[in-house]
Amino acid sequence: MRDADLISGGLADEGLARRLKALACTAPLHDLDARKAKLDWADATVYQMAEIALHTIDQVTIAMDFDTGAGHEDVVRRLQPFIAAQAPGRGAEEHLRVARWVLDNLINVGTADRGFRRVYGSVDESGAYRRRAFDFKLLVELAAPDGEVYLRSSDEAINVLVGALDTDVESAHIAAEVKLENLISRGRLADAKLAAEQARYRTVQYGETLRAKLDATRRDVRAVDWADEMPELLDSALSHIEARFRAENAILRNITRARDEAEDPDHKRRAAELVDIVADCISRHTQLQSRLQAAGATFRAEQDRQQFSGPPRRATLDLFGQLLVPSLELPIADAVAPVEDFFHAVAGVEVPTVPSLSSLVSLLLRPAPERDKLVGEVPEPELVPAEQTDYYSDEQWRRADELLDLPEVPRRLSGLLAEAREADPRLARLVALRALHSYSPEIGAAVRQGDDRTLLAVDDGTPLEDDDFGGADLLLTTARIEREGVA
Amino acid sequence: MSTTADVESAARLISFGMRPKQLPGRDVVYADLVRRYGEDSAFKQLTNSVAAGLGLMVLDVSTQAGAVLAATDESVFEIKMDSYARQSKIRERRDTEKVLHGLVHLATAALGYPRPDDLANDTYIGRVSVEQVDGVVREACRILDERAAKAEQNNDPLAGAPELEQAWRAYARRPAAAATKDGRLASDTTRGMVSRALRFLADQGFLVQVSGEQGGTYRTTPRYQIQVRELAADSAFEELLELGVVAVGDAAGSLRPSISDTL
Repeated sequence: MRDADLISGGLADEGLARRLKALACTAPLHDLDARKAKLDWADATVYQMAEIALHTIDQVTIAMDFDTGAGHEDVVRRLQPFIAAQAPGRGAEEHLRVARWVLDNLINVGTADRGFRRVYGSVDESGAYRRRAFDFKLLVELAAPDGEVYLRSSDEAINVLVGALDTDVESAHIAAEVKLENLISRGRLADAKLAAEQARYRTVQYGETLRAKLDATRRDVRAVDWADEMPELLDSALSHIEARFRAENAILRNITRARDEAEDPDHKRRAAELVDIVADCISRHTQLQSRLQAAGATFRAEQDRQQFSGPPRRATLDLFGQLLVPSLELPIADAVAPVEDFFHAVAGVEVPTVPSLSSLVSLLLRPAPERDKLVGEVPEPELVPAEQTDYYSDEQWRRADELLDLPEVPRRLSGLLAEAREADPRLARLVALRALHSYSPEIGAAVRQGDDRTLLAVDDGTPLEDDDFGGADLLLTTARIEREGVA
Repeated sequence: MSTTADVESAARLISFGMRPKQLPGRDVVYADLVRRYGEDSAFKQLTNSVAAGLGLMVLDVSTQAGAVLAATDESVFEIKMDSYARQSKIRERRDTEKVLHGLVHLATAALGYPRPDDLANDTYIGRVSVEQVDGVVREACRILDERAAKAEQNNDPLAGAPELEQAWRAYARRPAAAATKDGRLASDTTRGMVSRALRFLADQGFLVQVSGEQGGTYRTTPRYQIQVRELAADSAFEELLELGVVAVGDAAGSLRPSISDTL
């Protein structure tokens, strides 16, 4: 067997790419936990950031219905109790900041696209290995009709959250339903609650699909296939609702009874929670059903409104089909020329402003106008990841730590350098740099990070005699930090 | 033979054309010159020559729209895409910004004149809004995405060649809206770009704001129709023909029914 066959046999299947993409969706969550230690405004290591992130996505998903999603502040407010439970000792302000940090990172504020990109490899039909980019978002910001910006969970986020990766919505739904009935008959309410929540997410997904199709219909009836596809979707959604109504009403009856009969207060409470969730599910189904019933009427009304036109009287272009869509399909590099031509022609003419001397003088003498509160556009930073951040190895850092641990007697830099050079020539440089850094130690930062000691360097005027380094032969010592309020 | 007075009149007609919000219906002198342009072929030629000397092209002169002018290449009256689109230091990013802005303008015209007939009909007045323009492009992106998903091979963009990424992917990836600290619409979101384009076109006298609904609702002016019909659509179309990505359509002219088949 040739190498190429081995690769295509083991690697090139679509399932691999799908799994890599699914894996990529979880990366931003892991990334939060990896970066939490580097936050300088708090020691955030006590927080389980991935948990908070999942909880955030939950909150947004639950708040999604047909018209709006969740407002930023609402989400932050709902997150706070959950965050407070993780670190009850910390202040409410810090909890708030953690909530905002997680939310901003899930949106990925600071990048132009506000999304994430992972590179994955795949083997194309010619057998060559290609690196491809997978772009995805977890939380999407959208504008409501009133101009407010609100949040929705992306399909990727819902899939990651529900764990229904690459499965059929309909069949997963039935599976969840069967599981739920099983769980209730065995009395396992905690799992039942989870299954009920999953069922609710799927209902939300159904609603999303329908909403997108109806929106498309309002713009252009011809963009949506109302001959086959939409009736099928409406039928399956309606039969789905019918089944869910029956199932959920049965569940509601059973659990309400379980709630009333339960002796154990914990069981009673959990059953009550489940009753709430199921009741919410039922109200969502009702909402979906009323939209489904109105869908046909929307189509007919839009068809009447967007009535078909007569034949054109002179030859003109179909702007949408002959200009917009072909331009969208072009690679960016090729698309520049046609769209620039269009803009150039459609923008019209601009009369260059010529300043006259007399008005220039009065212009210069005029008092400065009050600054508008709203500044111009805020430039988005274009960040390029650093190639290699660790110049020194962990081993070198550890040895430098050992050398610079000087709790009792201060030592000269020259002595330390000599000792370091014996062990490793590069270590001497690290020691010298750290000594220099501690000449002006950041006591404040050390206190904030919760360190119990810091390195201090003092210059007593002795010059450093060394082949590689020049300057003062610093006196180094370790200073302990005592804290008020820490017993 | 043209006299000095004729040249002055011709230049005045052009100067009226440079004030896009001034219309013949509201100005007797302007209306007179427009009528003369239509009736007197010597005056028409003279006006065209004066315009050509200034680096301008007379697209049309009509009572509804007035004198509609376009700048020729390298003219002082030209509006460059580079000065309109946000400047970026990285070349690929600059191209992306330009393409996104250009697409927004294309979509505005496509929504203003949804059928070929509307563009040809002098009395047609279209309506566009920020929400709809963004919606039209996103809808087209969604259709292209579905079409791409149906295709057998994997056509996710290559990681090493951002300039080969298809334009619709760049548009679809850009957020529609983003919350800013001061509650305004962020300018590099697609809705920010659309509302910028519509305001710009309104300043140029191509659109008139009707209401603030749907992020700003505008109606088209006859001037915009002439600009799109006589110049913009053709020059972009020629570029696309050269790239070989569109075929000349038949009399029905619309590609939309064939797109809906792929859904």
